[in-house]
Amino acid sequence: MAQEITLGQLRNWLILYADRIIAEEEQLTRLDTAIGDADHGVNMRRGMEKVRERLLDPENHYADVGTLFRSVAMTLISAVGGAAGPLYGTFFLRAATSPNSGSRVDLSQFTRMLRFGLDGLQQRGKAYVDDKTMVDAIQPAVEAMEAALASQQSWAVALAAAKQAARLGMEHTIEIRANKGRASYLGDRSIGHQDPGATSAYLLFETAVAALSTSAPLKVNGQEPAAASPRSVPTQAGKQKNTD
Amino acid sequence: MIGLVFVSHSRLIADGLCQLADQMASGAVKMASAGGLLDEERYTLGTDTLRIVDAIERVWSEDGVLLLVDMGSAVLSAEMALELLPDEKRSRCTISNAPLVEGAIVAALHAGMGGTLAEVNAAAEEALHARKVDRMVGGVKRET
Ligand SMILES: Nc1ncnc2c1ncn2[C@@H]1O[C@H](COP(=O)(O)OP(=O)(O)OP(=O)(O)O)[C@@H](O)[C@H]1O
Ligand SMILES: [Mg+2]
Repeated sequence: MAQEITLGQLRNWLILYADRIIAEEEQLTRLDTAIGDADHGVNMRRGMEKVRERLLDPENHYADVGTLFRSVAMTLISAVGGAAGPLYGTFFLRAATSPNSGSRVDLSQFTRMLRFGLDGLQQRGKAYVDDKTMVDAIQPAVEAMEAALASQQSWAVALAAAKQAARLGMEHTIEIRANKGRASYLGDRSIGHQDPGATSAYLLFETAVAALSTSAPLKVNGQEPAAASPRSVPTQAGKQKNTD
Repeated sequence: MIGLVFVSHSRLIADGLCQLADQMASGAVKMASAGGLLDEERYTLGTDTLRIVDAIERVWSEDGVLLLVDMGSAVLSAEMALELLPDEKRSRCTISNAPLVEGAIVAALHAGMGGTLAEVNAAAEEALHARKVDRMVGGVKRET
């Protein structure tokens, strides 16, 4: 019998992710200072704060996983403001359209949602592995989930594999040259710096381990879920953010 | 007559383009700017999908809408905005490959002359090839 996770657990995951993004705002912006326009942390924090607000609002009820993900997508699309907005927005929007998602999902359905999301993100941004983007963290993670699923692993094993793959993918972006996004204007000078988008994407899988590994749901109490072992991501030196 | 939408990370750039392009079209062409991002009542640099949707709606007609964009997320957000439109509108919107400033001016001119969406976009994209200065080296014109 395939183990399922609940809508409530998925919601907790997204709240936990929002907490991690908010906690890592400066770090993400620092990474984007080195090879971008120093706003990835600000963009993601702005978007995930809105997501968090919506998810914690007792007025909001989500009938199924599709509705939950669509709500997250629309919030990110309207609030993020950088490339990450339409990209993560499309990721969640496409994941929401994956078939068979009701108010509970089994590992196969969840994996398929992530695959749908990744395909959508790549259609939007036209980035492939080794272009030094969030795809470098997300694609290996989704592939690790698919491999775990094929060998009938548990949620815990699949998610741990996804997290590990995302981490390696994120770290690998240090070694490569950017072909997409603002960092691509730097050419070879983008080498040696970790991609901010790959870093925020890694956190999605890191928090999934904490929120979804067990069938015993993480307690949220309609309030803050305690962020599970926040671990810092590598940093770079900073410059100031531009405002209009 | 087609409508025009200018998308830039900067509100000042997009609003300024409206002013500049409007002068070319003598007020005859509907144009709207979607520049910058509203963050807690304050404009910051960025692009905003929903404001792009709104700008398209404001200049909408059956003749269609041409979107001129700067770079990066301006392109992604414009594409996202089209995805949020109903099918019959989406099919009459085009995101141009034209450079934003030159494209806006050429597009305003050609839209004002009653060009179709495809004609106006073709004219605007021509601006990609326009040279501004000829480099002279020792009195001799040098290629590229
Ligand atoms: N075409 C793309 N496909 C996939 N990911 C991308 C693409 N372009 C940028 N990214 C990711 O987005 C991250 C940057 O996100 P951020 O929110 O800082 O947007 P930005 O690049 O500043 O946007 P803008 O185009 O408005 O300047 C990069 O680190 C990269 O991972
Ligand atoms: Mg940035």
